[in-house]
Amino acid sequence: MSLECLIGIKFKDFVIMATDMSCLQSIMVHKGDADKMQKLSSHLLMAVSGESGDTTQFSEYIEKNVQLYKMRNGYELPPSAAVHFTRNTLATHLRSREPYMVNLLLGGYDPDQQTAELYYMDYLAASIPVNYYAFGYGGWFTLSVMDREYRPDMSEEEAYGLLVKCTAEIKRRFLANLPKFRVRCVNKDGIKDMKNIVADGEPA
Amino acid sequence: MFQANTQIGDYLVDEHGRKIKLHFDHGTTTLGFKFQGGTILVADSRATSGQYIGSGNVRKIIPITPSLLGTMAGGAADCTYWERVLAKQCKIYQLRNRVHISVAAASKLLANMVYQYKGYGLSMGVMIAGYDKKGPGLYYVDNDGSRMPGNLFSIGSGSIYAYGVVDSGYRWDMTDEEAHDLGRRAVYHATHRDGASGGIVRVYHIKEDGWTIISEDDCTDLHWRYQDEKMASSSQ
Repeated sequence: MSLECLIGIKFKDFVIMATDMSCLQSIMVHKGDADKMQKLSSHLLMAVSGESGDTTQFSEYIEKNVQLYKMRNGYELPPSAAVHFTRNTLATHLRSREPYMVNLLLGGYDPDQQTAELYYMDYLAASIPVNYYAFGYGGWFTLSVMDREYRPDMSEEEAYGLLVKCTAEIKRRFLANLPKFRVRCVNKDGIKDMKNIVADGEPA
Repeated sequence: MFQANTQIGDYLVDEHGRKIKLHFDHGTTTLGFKFQGGTILVADSRATSGQYIGSGNVRKIIPITPSLLGTMAGGAADCTYWERVLAKQCKIYQLRNRVHISVAAASKLLANMVYQYKGYGLSMGVMIAGYDKKGPGLYYVDNDGSRMPGNLFSIGSGSIYAYGVVDSGYRWDMTDEEAHDLGRRAVYHATHRDGASGGIVRVYHIKEDGWTIISEDDCTDLHWRYQDEKMASSSQ
């Protein structure tokens, strides 16, 4: 459902991702502490939104296969390769009887190349490397904020501040109630949990 | 995605627009929550198909194992059948592994089973509750394959009313009696406002040593009992 919101921003040596924590079904909030991010490997994080059921089934399938690759070969898939595998899986299912209706943001850090990476991937299996993106209606409100404020050389604190601005705009202008966001950061040391954002902002 | 949808005052309609003659148990109130003393499950007992009340004394809380319970909302046939299959799987798991299945594993078995039938018209919104090594467990599973753990869920047409009562009275550190009363009151208020819920309000409590039935009260009796309490307290 596009009421959900996924945000990802790439910087020089890290990626920061935020996902809302609400499980919505028709007009009701079922749950307020959901985790819409899946850890695929030590340096790759996937944020998932879309058809309920498909989201968990797809992300667990990808995660298990990335883990299996590591067991079989003794080394991890680099983020770019894992993203290609994800795109291929999504694309082969797309024109089958059971397509996965999921939108993804994949944020990772390649320890060999020493680069941060962020990929946009939609349910039609279009995969595009991007500097920043936001899925769902949240994107309508936040992309301009990121266009205005983004610099590739921001620090982690500045990046977190940018996310706070984005979520405040969602709180201020979006009709759905998305009060809390889970935030994670991927850098050379792996995946790190950051403080949840409790959105702050009232309409003027 | 095609979905069967209702038109108010009409029959259920399938994805081709054909009328589904009987679709039992769409109106329901089920409620489950975890607290300091374990897990509480409460449900009404009315089964409806359209405007017709098919039964007034259904058991919507189904035993899966001596320490696991499932609730029933949506299609009665789908819920009873798939929770029976789940009971079989849980028993086989126990015989194979010589340990009781965890709540997380049991709910995932069910979620994976119904996910295989996604888009084929299953209708169920269930809670799987129980007690395992990790303590009390409560999971929500539905027919589109979603599964989530939580402290508090309510499912069915009466859930909005039950949520209203239980959200305003819920605390983690309730006593057992307070918890039973909160659950019973929440579902009673749902039977009062929701025409598709009613009959008997059944309260189950799951603790470390398994589940027990706490009470089974006719919602009309509850109505007068709560009415009397209200009168007594306002005249003081």
